[in-house]
Amino acid sequence: MTASPTTAAAQAARAPAPAPSGPFDLERIRAEFPILSRPVRGKRLVFLDTAASAQAPRAVIDAVRRYREEQHANVHRGVHYLSEVATAEYEAARVKIARFLGAADAHEVIFTRGTTEALNLATWTLGKTLVGAGDEVLVSAMEHHSNIVPWHLLCQEKGAKLVVAPMDDRGALQLDELERRLSPRTKVVAVAHVSNALGTVNPVAEISALAHARGIPVVVDGAQGLPHGPVDVRALGCDFYAFSGHKAYGPTGIGALWGKMEWLDRLPPWQGGGDMILSVAWDKIVFNKPPFRFEAGTPNMEGAIGLGAALDWMEAVGRDRIAAHEQELLAYGTGLLSSIPGVRLVGTAPHKAGVLSFVMDDVHPHDVGTILDREGIAIRTGHHCAQPVMARFGIPATARASLGVYNGRDDLDALARGIEKVKAVFG
Amino acid sequence: MNGMNDDLQDLYQQVILDHGKKPRNFRVLEDADRTAEGLNPLCGDHYTLFLKLDGDTIRELTFQGSGCAISKASASLMTQQLKGKTVAEAKDLYERVHVLVTEGPERAGEIGKLAVLGGVCQFPTRVKCASLAWHTLKSALEGGAVVTTE
Repeated sequence: MTASPTTAAAQAARAPAPAPSGPFDLERIRAEFPILSRPVRGKRLVFLDTAASAQAPRAVIDAVRRYREEQHANVHRGVHYLSEVATAEYEAARVKIARFLGAADAHEVIFTRGTTEALNLATWTLGKTLVGAGDEVLVSAMEHHSNIVPWHLLCQEKGAKLVVAPMDDRGALQLDELERRLSPRTKVVAVAHVSNALGTVNPVAEISALAHARGIPVVVDGAQGLPHGPVDVRALGCDFYAFSGHKAYGPTGIGALWGKMEWLDRLPPWQGGGDMILSVAWDKIVFNKPPFRFEAGTPNMEGAIGLGAALDWMEAVGRDRIAAHEQELLAYGTGLLSSIPGVRLVGTAPHKAGVLSFVMDDVHPHDVGTILDREGIAIRTGHHCAQPVMARFGIPATARASLGVYNGRDDLDALARGIEKVKAVFG
Repeated sequence: MNGMNDDLQDLYQQVILDHGKKPRNFRVLEDADRTAEGLNPLCGDHYTLFLKLDGDTIRELTFQGSGCAISKASASLMTQQLKGKTVAEAKDLYERVHVLVTEGPERAGEIGKLAVLGGVCQFPTRVKCASLAWHTLKSALEGGAVVTTE
């Protein structure tokens, strides 16, 4: 007897990834990313903008194409074969995410458009339930706008206050200052796992312990955390963890919010529509259980399946090995950029992930970015959707080189040569 | 500058680099009768423009703020070029600079010293930098407000 698509996909999703063996082979990794073989401006592409969006390996591109070519139909609706296949694949992706995060239950994983929507979902369900007039939401000084603006909107609506835990001159969170700001009025703590502008890794487990001692839930923006090393939500101790697929080698337009079931069970719906209800009558609507209660409308199935493939791919490479590779490069790049006169790194916290934000004497980051681009080097320039971080360091913007699994020392050497070119142009 | 691509050389001409480093009329105008703010949310460029009119003539034009070499040089050159011009002349120049940075020097016609901004048309991501001050000027001439390039 043939196993149903549902059973087969679910079993495959739960199976542990084969343990990677042998040395980390950068050239083999690079060969899996089709885009890296295309020249840019007549040069080898030096892609140092993974923190904005990662490139996708062949496995992800193939999974999305296979879904469109062989598996597509609407999920959770049809009785026909393709609907069953699509539902199985979509739900298998949810199981993979749960496994990847160390979550207890796949029903704790809510698909969203990305981190931004995940944080908005947390704000307008958890935040809306807990925060009232005169209450406080505590965020860190290094948050991305998407972990500031939703909370600001909520506070404005509720007459509550957004409180900020500061960081030091290296860009490290001041945990004692954070603790001092936990008051009886604090209802939610929301922090980045890793700062997108500075690369700082925040001590989420310690933050969670401090907050939980006061009964306060912790929401983590994991957009820059999940792609760059092992994440175990139970070890982190947080209550919610948001992330995006496209920063983790998956497609755009997909991400997830993981939340502890004890919270999800209590929270009201956010968006209304199909799939999030059990029954609708004019006099009574019964909502579905989590996670479906929070997934109104036809979801991004190919995105979810592509994301599942991306997580499988990361596990096959080895998450510890990805983290170790990026840490080695980060140390190399830090040394390299620090040795160039006129270049100053912004964000030098002791515990960092693969982000090298820098400024140059007398050259605006935007001009740096344009000149590097002509060398085929892609970096991000600007405020990185973290204007309060820029204000904290008294700068309008930075140039940011960010690392991914496919980067090597040659990329950072190219960056250093590009910076010399910037200096030559600006004399 | 050896080995620099031609289009980079067109973008970062000496005049641009000079005005980017040492912007002219870079000061607050205490007795301005119009001010306007210009923002480029993408890169954080932020300028304030100060305008003093004498009837229909631009008597003084100064600016303050921070941004890249292109945006700063464009603002600096603008303040030099427009002093003494009428509002109508300034608006005409605004239109022609727009053509210059989006479509190139051939389409813009004779435009004097501002021709150094022509290299920008090879850099679509930098057009907003070159035009920020000019959008801000238009806003100031029309009464003044915050403009953004988004």
